Amino acid sequence: MPVGNDPAAQFANFAHPEKLVSGEWLEAHLGEPGLIVVESDEDVLLYETGHIEGAVKIDWHTDLNDPVERDYIDGEQFAALLGSKGISRDTTIVIYGDKSNWWAAYALWVFTLFGHEDVRLLDGGRAKWEADGRAYTTAPESAVAVEYPVVQRDDSRIRAYKDDVLAHLGKPLIDVRSPEEFSGQRTTAPAYPDEGALRAGHIPSAQNVPWAKAAADDGTFRPTIELDAIYRDGAGLTEGDDVVAYCRIGERSSHTWFVLTHLLGFENVRNYDGSWTEWGSAVRVPIVQGAEPGAVPAR
Amino acid sequence: MDEQALPEQLADIRDDFLALEVKTRLQLLLEFSNELPELPTQYADHPDLLERVVECQSPVFIFVDVDDDGLVHMFATAPREAPTTRGFASILVQGLSGLSADDVLAVPDDYPNSIGLTQAVSPLRIRGMTGMLARVKRQIRVKTA
Repeated sequence: MPVGNDPAAQFANFAHPEKLVSGEWLEAHLGEPGLIVVESDEDVLLYETGHIEGAVKIDWHTDLNDPVERDYIDGEQFAALLGSKGISRDTTIVIYGDKSNWWAAYALWVFTLFGHEDVRLLDGGRAKWEADGRAYTTAPESAVAVEYPVVQRDDSRIRAYKDDVLAHLGKPLIDVRSPEEFSGQRTTAPAYPDEGALRAGHIPSAQNVPWAKAAADDGTFRPTIELDAIYRDGAGLTEGDDVVAYCRIGERSSHTWFVLTHLLGFENVRNYDGSWTEWGSAVRVPIVQGAEPGAVPAR
Repeated sequence: MDEQALPEQLADIRDDFLALEVKTRLQLLLEFSNELPELPTQYADHPDLLERVVECQSPVFIFVDVDDDGLVHMFATAPREAPTTRGFASILVQGLSGLSADDVLAVPDDYPNSIGLTQAVSPLRIRGMTGMLARVKRQIRVKTA
């Protein structure tokens, strides 16, 4: 039984309004057959402190990443994970989380690599749910395991590797990190542990649009008119553009990937999950420092 | 790691975690998180005395004091929305407070990796606790210099 969409007016102008639900809608549909709510947070313990009734927990690090190689889990592991959470291939999944859905968007992006069709975000995530005074429970997870088919991951459409980014230079790149990370200004003092990349700066020609610009103060996504001002007028994206977004490890840029793809309707957006922790440590890749995007090097 | 060098209260915390199954260790970490004491008012009113632990993705601040008897007192504050970070801080507050400055400086830097949380929480997140321990030691070195 397909689960209906949230017809809320605030989503109507987005390219894919069916990708968002409001707290009001979710509260009214909790427990409906065919709907599973997934919590995905930066903080691995937050679910245990209280979560939406019936929600299951999927952790970006311990569940979605391969424990050995720097990669995502494979089709078999994904099938086992989702099946164990009571999710079938035709289940409607609503993901929510902390920090303006930053990690929820990351989980949604990974689910999309496996082609799970109906996966949505709860607009505003935990913060909005709490601010609206909606309930949490500390009941332990109680999913009934089901069969999820083994589907091979498709990295070709929405994921970019380092070599893809090198080949992409000259087309739009969005760096969603903070201005300090973008410019390459040191953010750590001497004698403090470094943060995992050997060099500082950004990929040449990248526009710096910190991911959180897309979120309003209450954690919900900004309306189309404001998103257009940020990404089209501000960062110069135009219809039909082929875009790559990146951050440090690909989580913040998943949020931007969601905005560009599902809210603004760009059809060729890829997330470079290797991001700065790979690029900033790779040998012989071009890097620009300072606040300006910089020119694409001649090849 | 040198078994002899680890103070008893830190060894107890480690053993308590290791005695549990990996999934259950998160529950114990949550208990630690809930036990993190409020900052004493003299620090709560003086945010300038607190040092931010930038290795943690959540805002956590610590303050370390060495008293006249050379004993260490550690205080920390982190928001309710960051229970894992609170748990890390609470482990160190309970594990280090009351030890001598020398004993704290002798705690192995990789103690956070030895308490069975790398799998349950992920090595990346454990780095936050390693950073916290390093900052505690640095504050002690400055204050006992």
